[in-house]
Amino acid sequence: MKLNGKTLCKLFISTLYISTFTFGGGFVIVNFMKRKFVDELHWIDEQEMLDITAMAQSAPGAIAVNAAILVGWKVQGFFGMLTAVVGTILPPMVILTVISFFYEKFAANRYVALVLQGMQAGVAAIILDVAWGLGTSVLKSKEWLHYAVLLLAFVSAFVLGVNVIYIILASLAVGILKEALSHKRRCEK
Amino acid sequence: MIYLQLFFAFLQVGLFSVGGGYAAIPLIQSQAVEKYGWLTLSAFTNLVTVAEMTPGPIAVNAATFTGLQIAGIGGAAVATLGCISPSLCLVSALAVLYGKYKKNTAFQNVLQILRPAVVALIFSAGLRILRLVAFDEQTIALQNANYIGILLFAGAFFVLRKWKLNPILVLLMCGALNLLFYAIFGWI
Repeated sequence: MKLNGKTLCKLFISTLYISTFTFGGGFVIVNFMKRKFVDELHWIDEQEMLDITAMAQSAPGAIAVNAAILVGWKVQGFFGMLTAVVGTILPPMVILTVISFFYEKFAANRYVALVLQGMQAGVAAIILDVAWGLGTSVLKSKEWLHYAVLLLAFVSAFVLGVNVIYIILASLAVGILKEALSHKRRCEK
Repeated sequence: MIYLQLFFAFLQVGLFSVGGGYAAIPLIQSQAVEKYGWLTLSAFTNLVTVAEMTPGPIAVNAATFTGLQIAGIGGAAVATLGCISPSLCLVSALAVLYGKYKKNTAFQNVLQILRPAVVALIFSAGLRILRLVAFDEQTIALQNANYIGILLFAGAFFVLRKWKLNPILVLLMCGALNLLFYAIFGWI
């Protein structure tokens, strides 16, 4: 992979910008990344972004950092990975260093709380907007097994509160089983 | 010495927290509060609140804060490095493997089944936050409904779908509007 200074620079600015505004956990940053790297810059395709999400979620460590590592490797190899990770961890480090001087006042401030409460509504809208777009492309696949996996995973996660890791592992097992069966069928023919 | 301790304490947090922020909280507590006594329990509780209010992964926030308290900027850097190094190794290995086998048909077929599940997980995460926004309390009942929150959500969803507005702009507008609504309609 040829190292491109301009791409690295863009990757750094994008991850810095995304990380600065990522409130509310790992799934939010994955959604911002999808919008930036898939829809806007076309560096990654939609399928790959879903694979990145699954890997970032199931590997140990912070989802945002994991996703940055995967996106960085994909875009510019090792140095892309370093760039994306630095871009992702710099904003929280700087912000927390500044806040640490008056953090008790910050935690108790009513105006701060109200702004954050409003932003939470925006976070829900962003996640569901991305899920909507991804969901329609699953529905277009017209494969009953895809529909079944989508439905079962949703019920397990949202209604039953099953740990996300188990859901990913179970779907992986279904995928392997299906592939093994169709492979066997191909061999018999 | 203290740098090494910080590094290894947060290395464990990074290595054993699987599945995001909420998995990391008890691990941070056991290292920074119980094992080393770097933070008091009330300082830790405030830290969790602040970490939730500021951007970035909770583990990185906690590492920065604890490192700063114990050993200044250097401590913050060492603790953060400790917390991300398991990811740097393991996830990099995953990235390289993925890049290598991405074009393999069997691997692609298996991933085909994984993708709808990931979509469902994203959908579920969004709905969970929406539930938190729409109802102030744990129980879902009409008298607990937060109408301003529901309105903000509906508006944000509409402009994102219809006009593909920049999500970060939408986020900031939601925050500003919520403050404005409460300023106009009084403090409830």
